[in-house]
Amino acid sequence: MSLRVDGLSVAYGPVTAVSAVDLSIADGEVVALLGPSGCGKSTLLRAVAGLEAPGAGTVSWDGVDLAGTPVHRRGFGLVFQDGQLFPHRDVAGNVAFGLRMRRVEREARDKRVAALLDLVGLAGYGDRRVTELSGGEQQRVALARALAPHPKLLLLDEPLSALDRALREQLAVDLARLLRETGATALVVTHDHDEAFTLADRVAVMRAGRIVQVGAPTQVWQRPADVETARFLGCGKILSAADAARLLGVPARVGLRATALRLDPSGPITADVLERVHRRDHVRLLVRLGGEDYEAVAPVTSPPSPGDRVTLSVDHDGVALIG
Amino acid sequence: MAHVGPRLTWSLAALLPLAFLGVFFAWPVLAIVGLGLGEGGVLPVLARADTWDLVGFTLGQAAAATALALVTGMPVAFLLARCRVRGAGLVRAAVMVPFVLPTVVVGLAFRALWPDGGVLPIVLANAFFNVAVVGRTVGGLWARVDRRAEDAARALGASRFRAFTSVVLPSLAPAIGSAASVVFLFCATSFGVVLVLGGARHRTLETEIYLRTVELFDLSGAAALSLLQFVAVIAVLVIGGLARRKREKSLSLRIEPPRRPTGGEWGVVVAAWLVVAALLAPVVGLLLRSLATDDGWSFAGYAALAGTGERGTLAVSGLDAALNSVRTATDATLVALLVGVTSAVVLVGLRRHRSWFAETLDTALMLPLGVSAVTLGFGYLITMDALPGDFRTSPLLVPLAQALVVTPLIVRIVLPVLRAVDERLRQAAATLGASPWRVWREVDLPLAARSLLAAAGFGFVVALGEFGATSFLARPDAPTLPVVIARLMSRPGELNSQMAYAACALLMVVTTVAVLVIERLRVPSGGEF
Repeated sequence: MSLRVDGLSVAYGPVTAVSAVDLSIADGEVVALLGPSGCGKSTLLRAVAGLEAPGAGTVSWDGVDLAGTPVHRRGFGLVFQDGQLFPHRDVAGNVAFGLRMRRVEREARDKRVAALLDLVGLAGYGDRRVTELSGGEQQRVALARALAPHPKLLLLDEPLSALDRALREQLAVDLARLLRETGATALVVTHDHDEAFTLADRVAVMRAGRIVQVGAPTQVWQRPADVETARFLGCGKILSAADAARLLGVPARVGLRATALRLDPSGPITADVLERVHRRDHVRLLVRLGGEDYEAVAPVTSPPSPGDRVTLSVDHDGVALIG
Repeated sequence: MAHVGPRLTWSLAALLPLAFLGVFFAWPVLAIVGLGLGEGGVLPVLARADTWDLVGFTLGQAAAATALALVTGMPVAFLLARCRVRGAGLVRAAVMVPFVLPTVVVGLAFRALWPDGGVLPIVLANAFFNVAVVGRTVGGLWARVDRRAEDAARALGASRFRAFTSVVLPSLAPAIGSAASVVFLFCATSFGVVLVLGGARHRTLETEIYLRTVELFDLSGAAALSLLQFVAVIAVLVIGGLARRKREKSLSLRIEPPRRPTGGEWGVVVAAWLVVAALLAPVVGLLLRSLATDDGWSFAGYAALAGTGERGTLAVSGLDAALNSVRTATDATLVALLVGVTSAVVLVGLRRHRSWFAETLDTALMLPLGVSAVTLGFGYLITMDALPGDFRTSPLLVPLAQALVVTPLIVRIVLPVLRAVDERLRQAAATLGASPWRVWREVDLPLAARSLLAAAGFGFVVALGEFGATSFLARPDAPTLPVVIARLMSRPGELNSQMAYAACALLMVVTTVAVLVIERLRVPSGGEF
């Protein structure tokens, strides 16, 4: 029960969207494909689903090449960014669709539909029109629809991106619980690292059609493979080994996230505040330190103003070792 | 089906429309071309001055009618797309009625107002038909043009008129271009109207082809003129096709909600209502004429429909002709639906693979719209003998010819709706285990069902009123109502013309009812016509 992708390439005319990608997903594992928009991650997912024809390489399930298996016989569930619910069917009709295609008896079908609506927190929504649902509800129905026929592999294409932030964060937690409860094997495409780390057992970072790093979320977060990946994962500042040794006492090339430098009245580092921006739960500062600009964070209460001289300390949670 | 499969499957499915077009369109038309070239008739015909007079008049009246249809259609488009006013639904249905009225009926309606015919009524009648095409094609796009671009221009200091000319008009250009080319084609190949209103004095290529074939038996001359017309039609179609592709690419499902007009916009709304009133005038005139006799108001014309006219003008009774019309139109609609829907499905399927083949099929399907029905009917006369069985005299011939005229309309109604279906909806169904055939049944069919019904109804009324090809092909013992009307009008006798007007009124009522039903069925995102 596992997916293997070997040397897969997909091209649109002269543009290569995915080049020579290797990836495997074990039974019950959730893998996130993380990368900036346009890096080819959705194309890779669509090639796994059978919606794009690969130019080279193979997609196989349990060692069997799927090249000759059309989309509808692969038994992979797919959830799109914006649901793509069937507008002419009600909620139950959408969830039951895959079961009907598999000729499941009506009684068993109704039971499964009710169980899934319950699972996604929409019990009793069966006869609502899908056009009356909110974005979050539509996405839940889309998930229930994909899960209903017991897919071997669940493919999620930016499943939460179309939702607003508060809903997205809540639904990400729900989705993570759901994937664990159902023991689903899943591939999630996302450009949001919070989402990837919430959902996935393993993260594959993609850039310009290639997978550049695969690993557990904490590993990828703390040890990005290269400078580009570090920048993509929120490191606004890259320090050479010499600079890092001087500032942090770490003799290696590192990436600094904003949280690496914190306002600390008794901190060892002195800097001048240039700009100040209020965020939800902290204040983001731009400071000048030894002739260079750095980002730093301060607590929301009594933050310093531009022009102030402040002292900072290093928080190693905000420091990523590169390579 | 493996990955190489879909393309092959779609191409195989394309065989049905291609075979249909090949046998019942390309072959007859090419036979005409061959006839024209073969007997050396083309050059002498081209060298004659009166040929170019014909061409000049054909193009001139078409250009004038197109301009008129554009000018009168734009306020209607604005009303349909942008305004929330009482009776907008009525306007939508009312502008549609002229478009599907049988050409002979329209010719007669205008003759009731201008008994002597002439150039003016020809131009007016051709424009009368096509206001609907402009109003609906342009209106369809206009409803989807983002209002905020206009608002932005106004906020930047543009006057209402300036915002219209600099922002709205350019974004409507593809629809205007597409509508203009279609209208121009319809006007240039208009047959029934010119025949009834122009008589022998004002002839277009289309009526001249008919007259040479039927009255002068000058087949090679007629073929040469057909060839000339064919070349012009293809040129216009190619231009229109380019404009249409642009339009369909930009088709979005978002429809701007109509607003109540303000200030100067009321002027445009009033203009639109005046256009509608003008469109209804000939219709009302015809109804009145069907009831007016020398001895005052009477239903004599209607009563006469049960018989065969004064001194047995007709081979069958008016009632038999009506029944035959319904039967023929039903057969034609079924054939056209089969071919048209298959074509639309193939075109949607092929677009995923972006091929030159799809582009060609798309344009080829539009050709019958522009190639004159008379040429087609004439082509049938010289080719269908070669088919097995007694095809030349088969009762299937008329429905097939009508189906050819109707199919492009069905494609144009159904195709935009199918193209507006998000491809990912089909993909979602496929990942849930639906085979390609099942995807069509579960996704495309339900979503396009209403427009399919509308297309069927629309096809039916157009087939019912088809005159050009039918007048060539209908057997004397099985005429359709429009053929009967033309025959009645060409013979003397008060009762004959009374009967013709009554038959027209009858056709008009059937057509109007059908249009009203179709309007109820149509989805707002519907097709071009």
